[in-house]
Formats: sequence, structure tokens, C-alpha cells
Amino acid sequence: MTALVDEELLERPPQDSSLPRVTPHSTAELRSHLRTPKTLWCPGCSNGIVTRALIDAVLSLHLDPDRTCVIAGIGCAGRITTYLNWSTVHTAHGRALALATGAKAADPGLNVIVIMGDGDCVAIGGNHLIHAARRNIDVTALVFNNSIYGMTGGQMSPTTFEGDRSTTSVYGNVEQAFDICELAHAAGATYVARGTPYAYTRLSQLIAGGIAHKGFAFVEAMVSCPTYYGRQNGIPDPSDMMKRQQSRAVPVEKFDRDGPRLHDRYPVGVLHHTEREEYTAAYAGVVQRAQGSSRG
Amino acid sequence: MPQPRRLVEGNEAVAEGAIAAGARFFAGYPITPSTEIAEVLSRRLPQVGGHFIQMEDEIASIGAVIGASLAGTKSLTATSGPGFSLMQESIGYATMAQVPCVIVDVMRGGPSTGLPTEPSQGDVMQARWGTHGEHSIIALAPSSVAECFSLTVEAFNLSEAYRTPVILLSDATVGHMREAVALPTSDELRVAERGEPAVAPADYDEVISTVDNIMPRPALGSRYAVHVTGLVYDRSRGGVPATGTPAVAEGLGLYLREKIYHHRDAICSVEEIEMEDAEVAIFAYGSVARSARAAMKWARRQGVKVGLVRPITLWPFPTEAVEHMAEQVRTIIVPEMNLKQMSWEVLAAVAGRAKVVDHGRIDGKLIRPEEIQDLIRAEFHYHHFEETR
Repeated sequence: MTALVDEELLERPPQDSSLPRVTPHSTAELRSHLRTPKTLWCPGCSNGIVTRALIDAVLSLHLDPDRTCVIAGIGCAGRITTYLNWSTVHTAHGRALALATGAKAADPGLNVIVIMGDGDCVAIGGNHLIHAARRNIDVTALVFNNSIYGMTGGQMSPTTFEGDRSTTSVYGNVEQAFDICELAHAAGATYVARGTPYAYTRLSQLIAGGIAHKGFAFVEAMVSCPTYYGRQNGIPDPSDMMKRQQSRAVPVEKFDRDGPRLHDRYPVGVLHHTEREEYTAAYAGVVQRAQGSSRG
Repeated sequence: MPQPRRLVEGNEAVAEGAIAAGARFFAGYPITPSTEIAEVLSRRLPQVGGHFIQMEDEIASIGAVIGASLAGTKSLTATSGPGFSLMQESIGYATMAQVPCVIVDVMRGGPSTGLPTEPSQGDVMQARWGTHGEHSIIALAPSSVAECFSLTVEAFNLSEAYRTPVILLSDATVGHMREAVALPTSDELRVAERGEPAVAPADYDEVISTVDNIMPRPALGSRYAVHVTGLVYDRSRGGVPATGTPAVAEGLGLYLREKIYHHRDAICSVEEIEMEDAEVAIFAYGSVARSARAAMKWARRQGVKVGLVRPITLWPFPTEAVEHMAEQVRTIIVPEMNLKQMSWEVLAAVAGRAKVVDHGRIDGKLIRPEEIQDLIRAEFHYHHFEETR
């Protein structure tokens, strides 16, 4: 058995003081936020770790649970809505951000967290992603990127790495993988971060940073799917997958954007953070102007 | 006190009706011939503290409408055929998840890009069966500017009462027509409020809603923690998915059907004119009903007994009114701007008790009264008609 954590190979980073501090909660306490301890996620899937990181982030920020909702799409990641016992919406495939936009615009005081898979977010829902980012609407989009369609049995997704195999790229994927964070940044997201389940606390901090950010926050969690990705690509052991994922993750400070790009290396951390007027705040100005002109 | 009479366009009346009904959220995408609804609401909604948003496409528009409705705000979108097709997936979601909302489809000629500026009634069946799977739906068809207003209000009331999407099937003629109307003010209208379920948050579950007592869905961000899903769900277990339980799937499906069909009498609205002694009836809806009415008046002047049955509710289909009509008249003329979409329904309900004459047009032109007059003439071949037209 391979040990889950190989400290020598991969060091766990300490908490980043520029991000909200996250307090790890006990398993018993975390479970009180779940409808059921059973999930349909496979053994070795890291979706559960990201779910825990999300709960830790929400609890650490002391969000009012009544005023917080989780809106998700379809796929393995979308099932999180069944497990969390907060107000949850399991939308149609790819439509989570569209529903979230309506919910946030109708009730700007609502904390809206959107969960998507990679296919959900950049294939069928790609149009909604770029426009939500462009609007800079104050929702936090957390993507569980396992680089494959898990729920339907392991087909290639827009984030499947070039050359990798899936049930619909049996000779190797000839398409370039999307860098979702770059896409979100280019479209106008004002907070963009990427983390891995291996670096658990940092991932939770990155999620908390996104939730605390006023504007469209995009957080990509690189998750592993040993069942469909691993087995088809020679890494069936979940711990091997996690370690490989972490070994490919380069802290953003060290990541050389201008140097030779390797398709299997990616920067992690806060990749982009800026301030720009948030959509619902801007629309409050529209209401003021409209009411001023109707009275005058 | 009603507002003063003024010339109002059909699409503008829809927008004002939505505001009077308490709608405070619109999401849409520009498309002829519905765009005026978006334009008017982009100006009017912020004036009343509401929210207008132009989305990236119609798929996003209906999505945002569902999201806003789940957050507790009465919401609508407006579109035409191509956009209506794009919305079908999420209309199905709204029927499954029981999300009240109003979808205005200002029908134009199709299929595809078709005849963008010309009227049609080609979406009658798309309104009924456009989304996949067994489901129920409510659709209303205005035939005047005043009705564009009143039926929009009614659409919201029905969507709140039955927790379902309601489709307002307008068309390019009704939408772009101007008539002098005095729009009612909010205090003259019956407007259904959303409210909260009549139980404490801890006791809330979907199953407390019955066919005869449909409770409002608590809003996201209220004290109630809800789970909303498009999967088959268990109404008695917090709405969690129950895809592996056939009995639950069937129970949910039947409940979703019955909560509409059980109330057919209350939902269905049909206008009957000169039907007391009619031997021949015209069954017409939307803008075509205006031509049908003119033809009926002509027939009465000619001394032949023709009446008009105008379904205001297209779905659920007003079967009882058609059965009643079939018992009374010998012929039913069904003019419509499509090929037999509604006349098949009439034929099924009539079940051989009367002759059904269909008359369709798909060239983007209105059905003129004269066309219907010719059909009437053929039903009274023994009668001497004074006027040729």
C-alpha cells in the first residue's frame, strides 16, 4: 500500500496569511452539515476532500447558513447538492451559473456558491461561465476538475490532457486541454485560484478567499478520478493519482509563465485578484437612476 | 381608478401586466417579434425596484428566471420560436422542480429562423410537448391587447397557485398590434402572493403539499433549507433523489400531472359567443379568433346560426367545453396558423359527434375573415347568402 502522504516528496504548505484563515472542523461537526454520510462517489475519488474543504471554508467565514445556497450542475460534482444539508439546487447540466445569476440578482444579499464539474463548466456551460465572469457577479464558482466525464463512464472532457486516453479518446486525445483559470481570468473574473486536494488546507483557504471576495470568484480544484481517468491512463492507485497531481502543481510564484510550457504542469494558488465594480452593486445604481428619472 | 385610455401595443401590455402581477425579475435575449417586452421591462423594472438582465442566450435566460424565482421573486422571460426551443430543457426542469415562472412566446413563422416578422401559431404543440418526458403544463393565448395584460396577470396567478411554469402563447399579430385600452391598476387586480408554507421550517417537506393544497416552495435564503432537483425525488424525504425507486418515480409523476389536471375546471377558460342556438361553431384562439369573430358576425347578419368558441386556455386542453360543443353543433370549423395542431385535439374530443373542418395557413399571413366565411358558406349550402363577402 502506498502511503497517502509522502512528506518527503510533497510538503504541505502552511496557511497563507494573505487568505482567510481556515479552521479545520471535526468530522462529527462536518457531518452535521451533510444529509447523508453515504455518497455515490467512488472509493479514491477526491470530491469528498473538496466538499470537506468547502464546508471548512464556509464555517470558518461564519456565513449564515440560512442565507447561503449551493447551486450545482449535473455530473459527479453536482451530486454535492444531495449531500450538503444547506439550501441546495441541483440544476440542469451546465446551467448552474445561469440559475445562480438569477438568484443573486433577485436577492443580492444571498451567499451563492456554484459547484460545477469540468464538462459542466467549460463544455456545455462554457457560455455561462464567460458571461458570469464578464459581469463580475458576486458568486463563487468552484469547479471540481477531474478532467473526465465520470458520471457517464469516462469520456474525454475539454480538460482531458492531450494524449490521454478516455472511452471516447481510445487512441489518445488530440485536442488541447482548456486552462479554465486562464479562460475565467480572460473573461473578467476578479478572483481566480487553483488548488489541489493534496494541499487540503490551502485549498480550503483558496475557496474561503473566493467566497470572501466581492465579485466573480473562480476556484478550480484539481480532483482525481482513479476509476475512469486513472485506470485508463496507467495510474489506477488513488494515492498515486493525488501525488502525481500535486507534483504537477507549481506554486504560482514559481511558475514561469514565459518559460517553456509543459502540458502537465499548472500553477496553483491565487492566480489573479483584482477589484472591479460588482454586478448587483452596479445594478443598484441603475435602480437609483431609474427611480430618479421616473420621479423627475 | 383605471389608467386613462391610450394606445398600447400587445407586447407593452404583457410587460405592464407582468409588473402589475408583481413580477420583479426579467431575463431575456433579444428576438423578433418579442423584443419590445424586454425593452419595456428594462426601463420599467428598475423603476419599481425590480431587476432586468439581458442574458447570453435563451438557455441562460430561462435559467436565470428559475434562479430568481427560487430566490422568491416572481419572474418571467419572453421569446419567440427559436428561443422557445432553446428554453425547453429548463422548462422541463421547472415542471419537475415545481418552480413558478412565466414564459412568453410571441409566435412567429417557423421552423428554424423561418419568418421572423410574420405571425404563426406553430408553437401550440411545442408549448404542450416541447420538453421531454411526461409532464403537465399551462398555456394561455391572448387575442387582444387588453388580454395581453390580463392573461399575463393570470399566468402569474396560475403559476403561483400550481407551482408550475405557465406559457403565454402570443403571436406576432397580437404582440405588435395597438389598441386603445385602459390598463387596470394593481389594486383592481387579483394578484396571488408567493408567501411561505404554513408549517415551521423543521416540519417542511414537499409531501405536505397535496393536489388540493399546494404550498409555496420556500425561497432560497429563507429559514427553510430546501433541496431542488431535476432528478426524480422523494417528496417525503426532503426531496432527495429517488431514481432507484419505481414507486416513488411513479408517485411523483402522477402528482405532477394531477396537480394540474385535477384542477382543469378551475384553470380552463373558454369564451363562448352566440353559442345558444348555433348549428356551426368556429373554434379559434389567439389572433385568428379575431377573424373568426368577424366571420361569425357576418354569418349572423346573413341569418345563419354560427357561434364562436374561443379557448383562452390552450393547455390543459378544454376538453369539456369541446365535448359540450360537439353535442350541440353539427360542424366545428378550426382555423389556425399551423397545420392541424389544435384541430387534432378537437377531433379527439369531438369523437365523431360532429364534423370537424380544419383550415390551416403556414405562409405567415393572417387567416382573413373571408376565408372562414367561405367555410361557413359550405356548411349552409341550402342558404341564400346576400353578400358575396
